[in-house]
Amino acid sequence: MENLVEKLKSEIIEALNLAEMKPEQIDENAPLFVDGLGLDSIDALELIVLLEKKYGLKVANAEEGKKVLYSVNSMAEFITRNKKG
Amino acid sequence: MPYTITNFCIIRNNKAQAGSLSYSDTSVAGHEFLIKAYQHFGISYPKFYKMDNLSRLGFLSVELLLKNHPVHQLYKPEDVGIILSNASSSLSTDIIHQRSISNRSEYFPSPSVFVYTLPNVMIGEICIRHKFSGEGCFFIHERFNAAFLHQYVKLLLDNRIIQCSITGWVEMNEQNYESVVYLIEKQSQTNNQIVNFEPGELNKIYLKDS
Repeated sequence: MENLVEKLKSEIIEALNLAEMKPEQIDENAPLFVDGLGLDSIDALELIVLLEKKYGLKVANAEEGKKVLYSVNSMAEFITRNKKG
Repeated sequence: MPYTITNFCIIRNNKAQAGSLSYSDTSVAGHEFLIKAYQHFGISYPKFYKMDNLSRLGFLSVELLLKNHPVHQLYKPEDVGIILSNASSSLSTDIIHQRSISNRSEYFPSPSVFVYTLPNVMIGEICIRHKFSGEGCFFIHERFNAAFLHQYVKLLLDNRIIQCSITGWVEMNEQNYESVVYLIEKQSQTNNQIVNFEPGELNKIYLKDS
């Protein structure tokens, strides 16, 4: 799980072109949107594409999306849970 | 009423200049120069990195154009218009998007690429940055068309739709880039160079060091 969190941070930086940010600057528990990294709706779509492209996972609906994309940790949990299943 | 070109910014051939601001770096390839220039001028706007190359070029051009000019103090947001043009529209980004959807087994269109598949998105990025809300329009011409831009901007100024205009040419294609943007005002508000807003003067500046 810890490795996955670190991997996800790097993938998020690459996918969202957060060029001035380093993985260690991302708090895995902090909200990704508004407060934390200040991401927007386009970034949310880009993260959904990332989950599908890199992990073959689809987010079922907007409600689930809100929970899954809350933080790096919630994304990692979603990946772990669904990969095991 | 006569109008004046109170400042201009030219970015091409790995060189950026606007008034006393100047930067060149021939060591980097093509579009990478835009990131180098952004960093050189100490601009802090993380969203720059998320933009496509056309928006980066337009954004950077306007940053330099306004860096030493008090546009924000002199005009209300709704009094500043942005009228830009180019030959290739958003084609350089359209091609990237097309590549991402051309293979059915690797069909992953990127939302952050797709949003830039219109050239007037660049105008939106500039407006968001500077909080401008005046007239915004983008035109496609085969080549820089000074007469057209002059006529269009003059009409907006004559009819008091705007008080100040950022206008010019922001061209981006896969191989090259070129930007020449002008600041047009009813009268000079600073001691910068004062040039009459006429097609001939627009052309003279466009051809400068080209």
